[in-house]
Amino acid sequence: MQKNLLGKTAFIVAILVIFVYGIFGIPQKWNGEGLKEALLERIHLGLDLKGGTHLILQVQVNDAVNADSDITIERLKESLNKNNIAFGEIYKPDPTNHPEQIVIKGIPPAAIGDFRNKIFPIYQQYDFNSAPENTYLLSLKPARVDEIKHQAVTQAIETIRQRIDALGVAEPLIEEHALGSYQILIQLPGVDPDRAIGIISSQAMLEVRGAVDQQVYNSEEQARAAHGGVLPPNAILVHGSSIGTREAKDEVYVLSRSSVITGRDIRSADPNTRGDTGAPTVDFHLFSDGGNRFGDFTRAHVGDHMAIVLDNRVIEFATIKSEINDDGMIEGGFTQDSAKDLSIKLKSGALPAGIKILEESSVGPSLGIDSIRQGVTAAVVGMAVVMFFMLFYYKFAGINADLALILNLVILLGFMGFFGNTLTLPGIAGVILTIGMGVDSNVLIFERIREELRNGKTPAAAVDQGFAKAWVTIIDTHVTTIVSAFILFLFGTGPVKGFAVTLTFGLLANIFTAVFVSRVIFDAGLQRKQRGEALSI
Amino acid sequence: MEFFKNTNIDFLGKKWYFLAFSLVFSVAGILSMLFWHHIPTGVEFRSGTTVDVKFASTPDLDAIRKAMDSVGLHNARKQPKANNELLITLDLKQNSEETGIDQSKALIIKALSANAPEGKQDLNNATVQSIQDALVQRDPLHVGVNVGGRYLTEAQKIINYRDSVKGGVLGGFDELKNVTSPEVISALQNNFFVSNFTVRSVQVVGPQVGAQLQKQAGLAILYSLLGMLVYLWFRFELIYGVAAVVAVFHDTLITVGAFSLTNTEISLTVIAAILTLVGYSMNDTIVVFDRIRENVKLLRRESLAEIVNKSINQTLSRTILTSGLTFLTVLSLYLFGGEVLRGFFFAPVIGILIGTYSSIAIAAPMLVAYQEWRMSRSGRRVAPVAIDSGRKEKVRVKA
Repeated sequence: MQKNLLGKTAFIVAILVIFVYGIFGIPQKWNGEGLKEALLERIHLGLDLKGGTHLILQVQVNDAVNADSDITIERLKESLNKNNIAFGEIYKPDPTNHPEQIVIKGIPPAAIGDFRNKIFPIYQQYDFNSAPENTYLLSLKPARVDEIKHQAVTQAIETIRQRIDALGVAEPLIEEHALGSYQILIQLPGVDPDRAIGIISSQAMLEVRGAVDQQVYNSEEQARAAHGGVLPPNAILVHGSSIGTREAKDEVYVLSRSSVITGRDIRSADPNTRGDTGAPTVDFHLFSDGGNRFGDFTRAHVGDHMAIVLDNRVIEFATIKSEINDDGMIEGGFTQDSAKDLSIKLKSGALPAGIKILEESSVGPSLGIDSIRQGVTAAVVGMAVVMFFMLFYYKFAGINADLALILNLVILLGFMGFFGNTLTLPGIAGVILTIGMGVDSNVLIFERIREELRNGKTPAAAVDQGFAKAWVTIIDTHVTTIVSAFILFLFGTGPVKGFAVTLTFGLLANIFTAVFVSRVIFDAGLQRKQRGEALSI
Repeated sequence: MEFFKNTNIDFLGKKWYFLAFSLVFSVAGILSMLFWHHIPTGVEFRSGTTVDVKFASTPDLDAIRKAMDSVGLHNARKQPKANNELLITLDLKQNSEETGIDQSKALIIKALSANAPEGKQDLNNATVQSIQDALVQRDPLHVGVNVGGRYLTEAQKIINYRDSVKGGVLGGFDELKNVTSPEVISALQNNFFVSNFTVRSVQVVGPQVGAQLQKQAGLAILYSLLGMLVYLWFRFELIYGVAAVVAVFHDTLITVGAFSLTNTEISLTVIAAILTLVGYSMNDTIVVFDRIRENVKLLRRESLAEIVNKSINQTLSRTILTSGLTFLTVLSLYLFGGEVLRGFFFAPVIGILIGTYSSIAIAAPMLVAYQEWRMSRSGRRVAPVAIDSGRKEKVRVKA
């Protein structure tokens, strides 16, 4: 026979070896444990199988645009003053929806020329539009707005990565999600979800503000009343509690509008405990610039209060006992864990914008263990039943189908090993369905061969015709299913994607095993047969 | 052995029964979707919070309801499952602020651990790291050097025992006697307590994601149908593509209708299953169409109706075997696959039945109906809907 069976068999064995390598690699130990370890090294288990947390976060990118326009407002005031241009008021008309817009009111008609010639060129990233009553509307150019928003997402990802690394999570996944919607996808295997979420999602904007008023109030009304109903222009009200992060009653403080130092001035931060009381603290060191400012401020305000404000809440309100230069300590009523968490957040810096959790799903480790056990049992039983039936119904040809099925599974898992794919629970379902549908190709071919035999063809001709005719159908059915799996992959998220990947690999492997491998086995069988002997199918 | 040999059933003759059957089920499904249960969607689509909790013993629903009430969760739905598990679902209220979505989870867990001692962590919901940290801090074995590594092993042993042997919930500290030393246990007792539950999984979906997912799922099904239509148009003829897509649409409609009629939730897993069904049903239809295409070339004298009938009969054995085998694998998913994979059962089972039925009862008769319609319009016999490549082959043979 010139079909070169030997060469084809060698090819199949080579494929088998390659994909077995794909599944196991080269194990360290050649026993059950070693193989299991080697397997898990190659085929990663999804979060739903090994336990962990999956988060989708929305970066509130308008925060970043607002921060940028706040800086511009300050700069505008400076440059207007420097150029002796009078102005009435500078404000943002709609910070929530249009954080990129700034309104300047009350430019005197005489100064318009100066305003156009001297101010416009400094702010080229803005479009200037004049409005009635000597008012100008500045809007940041859309390209720059987009840039700021994207930067905010990139920076947020970077900051979150630093925080997660500091937590010591193995193999975290942090990436932009649903491009263009400023979302971040995070997958953290095996952590306490609440702690992780706390660390990731708090903006960690730290500010030290001087107290305008040394008193603590119970409500905003009380605080205002103490100042005759109107706050001094340089003062703001901040809620919080002097005992810090622990839940306690809400208090109101009157603090200076401008902060002495912020999180940006912090060079490093570490959890510690106070020598005398044993209370957990966060110690921080400042860069020299911030240290100088802090030193100047504390020297001038010995005996007064200052507030440490984290994400717009006071966590400590303390008396300044002496001048502090570049080392400080926060004693915000921490627990050991929360002190550690805050130092992680301070070290990584603040997030450029607030973050909102859109979706969270966490799977505990015990559920994952059960899922693996059940999924594997279902797959093994399903496969055994199908294999038994094929043997029973098709006899010799059944062995053929069963071998093809096993090879199909090996190739599928090998593919996943090579590509470092993640096996999810729907992925296991995909494997099981692949077994069911994979056998369809064998059934198609075998039924066709039986039909040809009934029509009086010789076994060799029947096998030949059966494969040739079924081939067209197999291609059509596989391509359509791959089309739908591909679309699932494009539109699906996480686990569904895993399902689409397994299904596609399974179908590709199936074309190879059901058509090529099965054919070789048939031919080998035919070669050994005597002329005229019936085909066992 | 063979189950089906040379069957000769007149499928097309029964087309009016098929039509009636399909109409009844589609209309019932549509009516239920519109007026009765609507489309019951899983929490991923609806936005809200689902917490799957496993208890040490059968959960006392009454006590849990009281605990939920005490933290203000009056609308929490509690759905008991096998193995002392309870699914607690909280829909996101329309008017509640989006910031609240994460708090509902915290509230549910707070309600369940109402009797927790002050300042101690729950061992049943602790991670390896928190146990390791506590042990390192106490150093009950007086290790001195390299404490981290030593206690990591200890913590892993405890967690492993809890999750693999005890199914996630420890009954008390004394159960740890077999795994670790008494010193370690007493050190743990300083930092931990043992509650009567463990959180198996949590799913929190914000309104944006819910809407996004709904849109995605709808688009995925629509695009996959379109993709298949184009492929079939290219491989066969437009009418084949249309007939197959109508059949698959019919299957999807009846399956979703069945979910609505039985008030079963459609989760993301079910959507994946429905998409598999689309592929499966399409497979079945293509096998029949392929045979029709082949027979149109071979049997040029017979009418399309005869050809179609013959093709269905010829492929019947394969159709029933494959459906049966796929059914068996899906059945093993149902019997052994556990709670989560069970969602993969209902849709494929209905899908296999309806998908097999529709390729015989919907797609194939549509081809015949289309040809009859063309004939009645032109008033003369039109060549059966054949395939160009087939005709060319024939010509080549003659020449």
